[in-house]
Amino acid sequence: MTDVTATLEGRNAAPRQDNQDPDLFGQTPSQTVGPFFHYGLPWKGGADLVGKSDLGARPELFGEAHYVLNLSAPTGTPRGEAIELVGTVRDAEGAPVADAMIEIWQANAEGRYRSEDDARDDAAIDPHFVGFGRSSTSDEGAYRFRTIMPGRVPGPDGTLQAPHIAVSVFARGVLNRLATRVYFAGSEGLDTDAVLAQVPEERRGTLLARSEKEGVWTLDIALGGPDETVFFDL
Amino acid sequence: MSAPVSYRRGDAGMPRDLVPEYRSTVLRAPQQPRIEIPHTLTETTGPSGCWDRLMGKAAADLTAQHRGEPIGQRIVVSGRVLDEDGRPVPDTVMEIWQANAAGRYIHAKDSWDAPLDPNFTGAGRIVTDADGRYRFTTIRPGAYPWGNHKNAWRPAHIHLSLLGPAFATRLVTQMYFPDDPLIEIDPIANAIPMPYRQRMVSRFDIATTQPNRALGYLFDVVLKGREQTPFEEDGHD
Ligand SMILES: [Fe+3]
Repeated sequence: MTDVTATLEGRNAAPRQDNQDPDLFGQTPSQTVGPFFHYGLPWKGGADLVGKSDLGARPELFGEAHYVLNLSAPTGTPRGEAIELVGTVRDAEGAPVADAMIEIWQANAEGRYRSEDDARDDAAIDPHFVGFGRSSTSDEGAYRFRTIMPGRVPGPDGTLQAPHIAVSVFARGVLNRLATRVYFAGSEGLDTDAVLAQVPEERRGTLLARSEKEGVWTLDIALGGPDETVFFDL
Repeated sequence: MSAPVSYRRGDAGMPRDLVPEYRSTVLRAPQQPRIEIPHTLTETTGPSGCWDRLMGKAAADLTAQHRGEPIGQRIVVSGRVLDEDGRPVPDTVMEIWQANAAGRYIHAKDSWDAPLDPNFTGAGRIVTDADGRYRFTTIRPGAYPWGNHKNAWRPAHIHLSLLGPAFATRLVTQMYFPDDPLIEIDPIANAIPMPYRQRMVSRFDIATTQPNRALGYLFDVVLKGREQTPFEEDGHD
């Protein structure tokens, strides 16, 4: 009888095609975040890249006892011009998207990314700035970040890109994250930016944040409809 | 400075944006084609080495976040984060969220009347080691009904979110369980054509299973790889 037990101990489940099958190896497919990500992804302070507020999280959507993820721990004030980036996410019929999450990734004021893969020595890392943030949208579909106006970053062929922030949009009904960029109306380099150059001129406005109030930049994101935001194939 | 090495684009397993059977895509899928852009430093970089400061500490045991133990089948999920050339992706953050054993989320907008579990939140965060390995302990989530169509049920799944090394490698996905009959009738899983859908299905593994403690499942996450292998540093530049 001990022989039988010995065989059983080492036996695995019946083989079938799954994630562990070498013939199937390749990129894991993307799926939607669904509507219930708020207690798992956004953290308090996730949308405040310069200060210590709770911006970005929506803990009112779940009980206090279930707030198991922490606060960000800023170490000091980053260099550069502090700005707010705000806007509303809308669907193809213009209805606000109340269950979206916006992520940003950007360079610091000198145009340097906080990443091992940005190995330049002509621009310095800012010890107080990471450049990654998350904002849940409100019931009105609004997102809001506090961050730094990014510096210019090299593009292809030695050109400099215009100041920009990389953006990902996630939501229920969005199976594959939507990648886009925020540029700033009136800033240097918009005419020569290699990424903007790929966008038909009549649609470039969907990527241009505008400022009507000092330090506050607004850009709405349209998932569809006549003013659909330009999304990128990365 | 040398030009950044691009990442590869999405492969044949990427979902379509518009999947009418999944009703929420109808007004939320972009109608214009995505525009291909060159990968610059913006796309080939991502935050690294500062997860604690950004989000807070790792939380790898979802069964130990409250006073008591949650109800349900205790499981361990383990695997590696790799790029599509099979290279490990070390020091990358994986975020987890899920329903409880009854299929109920703690979220205020989950109005299904399945019971909440005061000892289970269902949120965690782990960072891969030098070999790209990760491991977390949780309870197996239940299936749950949703309003997509009459008698619609989501297969049991764990939501996973990975940043990877770069903006270009960002991935949000869902891990499914073997032998779940709901997968083949789920419009969200079915947004991925076969056989690639099976890349989201974990494998029961007796070696990962902990005696008298927890069932074990294996699940590797594969992120986009580079267009070309970056040059090895030879130390003579
Ligand atoms: Fe879910």
